[in-house]
Amino acid sequence: MPAKVLVAKPGLDGHDRGAKMVARALRDAGFEVIYTGIRQQPAYIARIAAQEDVDIVGLSILSGAHLSMTKKTIDALRQAGANDVHVIVGGTVPTGDTSKLLAMGVSDVFPTGTTLEELVTRCKALVATSPEV
Amino acid sequence: MARCKRPIDELIAEAFQGSEFALGRLLSLIEDGGAAADLISSHVFPYTGRARVIGITGAPGAGKSTLNNALVKELRTGDIRVAVLAVDPTSPYSGGAILGDRVRMASHVGDSKVFIRSVATRGHLGGLALSIPQAVRVLDAVGFDWIIIETVGVGQVELAISDTADTTIVVVNPGWGDDVQAAKAGLLEIADLFVINKADRAGAEQTKLDLQQMIELKTPTPTWQPPILMTVAIQGMGIGDVAANALRHHHWMEDSGRLVEQRDRTLWLEVENILTQRCIGKVRKQVQQTRSRSLRASFADRQLDPIKIANEIVDLVD
Ligand SMILES: Nc1nc2c(ncn2[C@@H]2O[C@H](COP(=O)(O)OP(=O)(O)OP(=O)(O)O)[C@@H](O)[C@H]2O)c(=O)[nH]1
Ligand SMILES: [Mg+2]
Repeated sequence: MPAKVLVAKPGLDGHDRGAKMVARALRDAGFEVIYTGIRQQPAYIARIAAQEDVDIVGLSILSGAHLSMTKKTIDALRQAGANDVHVIVGGTVPTGDTSKLLAMGVSDVFPTGTTLEELVTRCKALVATSPEV
Repeated sequence: MARCKRPIDELIAEAFQGSEFALGRLLSLIEDGGAAADLISSHVFPYTGRARVIGITGAPGAGKSTLNNALVKELRTGDIRVAVLAVDPTSPYSGGAILGDRVRMASHVGDSKVFIRSVATRGHLGGLALSIPQAVRVLDAVGFDWIIIETVGVGQVELAISDTADTTIVVVNPGWGDDVQAAKAGLLEIADLFVINKADRAGAEQTKLDLQQMIELKTPTPTWQPPILMTVAIQGMGIGDVAANALRHHHWMEDSGRLVEQRDRTLWLEVENILTQRCIGKVRKQVQQTRSRSLRASFADRQLDPIKIANEIVDLVD
């Protein structure tokens, strides 16, 4: 069965060119991709993830608010009972923040510049493992 | 998949108590098919038959999701719960899919009585996914009052939706009357309601006239004439009319006995389909066995005859 990924854009920045490219690359790699559109609140992203029962929640964040947005999304996911969902973060993430995101419970981080090929490979590896809760 | 395995009865109990996470997981199990799906289906069946099911179909980009979004808003009064199953096509090349209908339905994400689920066709033809009837029953059982199914964008004869939905809405756009006649035949047959969406564009009135003519030409159902409604879904215009007519159609289905009749027919069809699938499995197995038993046998020298072999095998399939 195809794995399901939610590609979400939390926060206020309105550029979703990158998110759409990621969505297409994942589709072409055999994933079922749910795309939500821009400016989603973390609580709603968690709700959509529960309704859609996705394997991965991908957050595309360019606004610089990646730490707070990711924290809020993970908290909301746990509250919704979605404990076995991988959260990944892509976008403008300074190198120093990667470890902070991983410490929060994020499964993988894809800073701007990561190739789509790389991203697809690592997403495939992710769905073969359970997230650490 | 690496997801946590949870006992199915636990998931069912939680879904009945309103857990969206449990409901989402149940729907995945239904989609994946197999023993878990059968178990869930049997478990929920006694609780089904209460929900009203609407199907929305029409050409790609006709505005199905936008209309769906507006219709959900219209139906959502008081404690009424609405569920949406939005079907999008699976790519035949990769097996993946982009499920984008949700983008147009974002305004309901804060409404706890609206549940939206995206579904990929996974190779199934006819505008729906194979699992849709079972998914509808799960949503019905846990208490949704209305269930709206959006098919993939279809051009013509994709009739599956009219078996699954009590009321089928066919969405067209101004200018539709200019299309090739043949392409419309299928959709004309299944429409309980016609919606001319994007009525803000030129030609809506003409399309309505064309449609009216086509409906009159076709043998009319004794008591139901599909109404032709105009909407500008993107502005929420004309949606009240769509909801009112969907309800009117549902009452007509109930009062005339057609609702029971159609649902029965569809369920017997499902029995037939399940059995057909099983028989296909048995037949394949028997053919493989016969073939491997006569390892050196080949059709090459024309000593074997497909018909004779089939006649021999047919008695072995029980
Ligand atoms: N002018 C106008 N545009 C509309 C109207 N309703 C929808 N649209 C636009 O039509 C486009 C397609 O709308 P959707 O609702 O996605 O159409 P759809 O039938 O669900 O499309 P698929 O699911 O891809 O087949 C969008 O850009 C909408 O904004 C309308 O009433 N008037
Ligand atoms: Mg759509």
